[in-house]
Amino acid sequence: MRLQEITAALEAEVLTSNPDPDLEVTCAFGSDLISDILMCTKEPTLLLTGLTNPQVIRLADMIDLFGIVFVRGKKPPREIIEMAEERGLPLISTRFTLYRSSGILYNLGLRSCQI
Amino acid sequence: MAEYWYIRPGYEDLVRKFLENPPQPEISQEFEIRERDFFHAGKAAATVKLTLKRLGVDPVILRRTAIVGYEAEINVTAHSRGGRMVCNIHQDLVHLKFQDEGPGMHDIEQSMEPGFSTADEQVREMGFGAGLGLPNIEKNTDMLHIVSGSGQETFLEAVIFFKNNEE
Repeated sequence: MRLQEITAALEAEVLTSNPDPDLEVTCAFGSDLISDILMCTKEPTLLLTGLTNPQVIRLADMIDLFGIVFVRGKKPPREIIEMAEERGLPLISTRFTLYRSSGILYNLGLRSCQI
Repeated sequence: MAEYWYIRPGYEDLVRKFLENPPQPEISQEFEIRERDFFHAGKAAATVKLTLKRLGVDPVILRRTAIVGYEAEINVTAHSRGGRMVCNIHQDLVHLKFQDEGPGMHDIEQSMEPGFSTADEQVREMGFGAGLGLPNIEKNTDMLHIVSGSGQETFLEAVIFFKNNEE
């Protein structure tokens, strides 16, 4: 599923500048627990989370993330968006909940990452 | 002071051989970890991962080393008065050592139990404190050794061999 399709389906706002709209996202994972995110992503993954602190961006240095979807209308501060831009990590924000966002993407065929 | 040991089954001989006669590391990196500095926490683990990646280490090993380094770095940041991490890279393994300035663990066995956490509200709000840090470290190492006690400094070391042993 392309990043552009994900953004449209979640009626999301793109937070980072110039993400590749054709970026092909193959699977996703949703959690607000850092340790779970670390352990459950063994392949490149789109992360859905309500966490907006610097550590959520730092995670992308440890594991392969396609990008991050902030749910429940959360938006990280500017300095965190800049951290993501330095890493070429796309960030988008949706007002939908984690449950609803996951359901929408799953129904459109985006599978869960292997844990 | 109490001590905790874990050695992945099948790695006893390799670990003993390494500990009895540790060779000079080929690369050694040292990092300072500051108390409650959640902006920079994780930088040391990221640097180690990048170094190993440049050396052509297997991606599964990179991921395991990053998780061990990151979880331990967060523990020093969240639970201690600060400390240091030393990463020694050898021909066939990576050896991570963490030394903090206390106040230490009351009961290491209890801290190893999934779900046990002493993290405060600020740490939990950041997505930590699920009590999975030390169990995650153990799952990803071939050797884990912890020395700590109430009111004491904590020393944690972990070894990961470059041989890919994840099923």
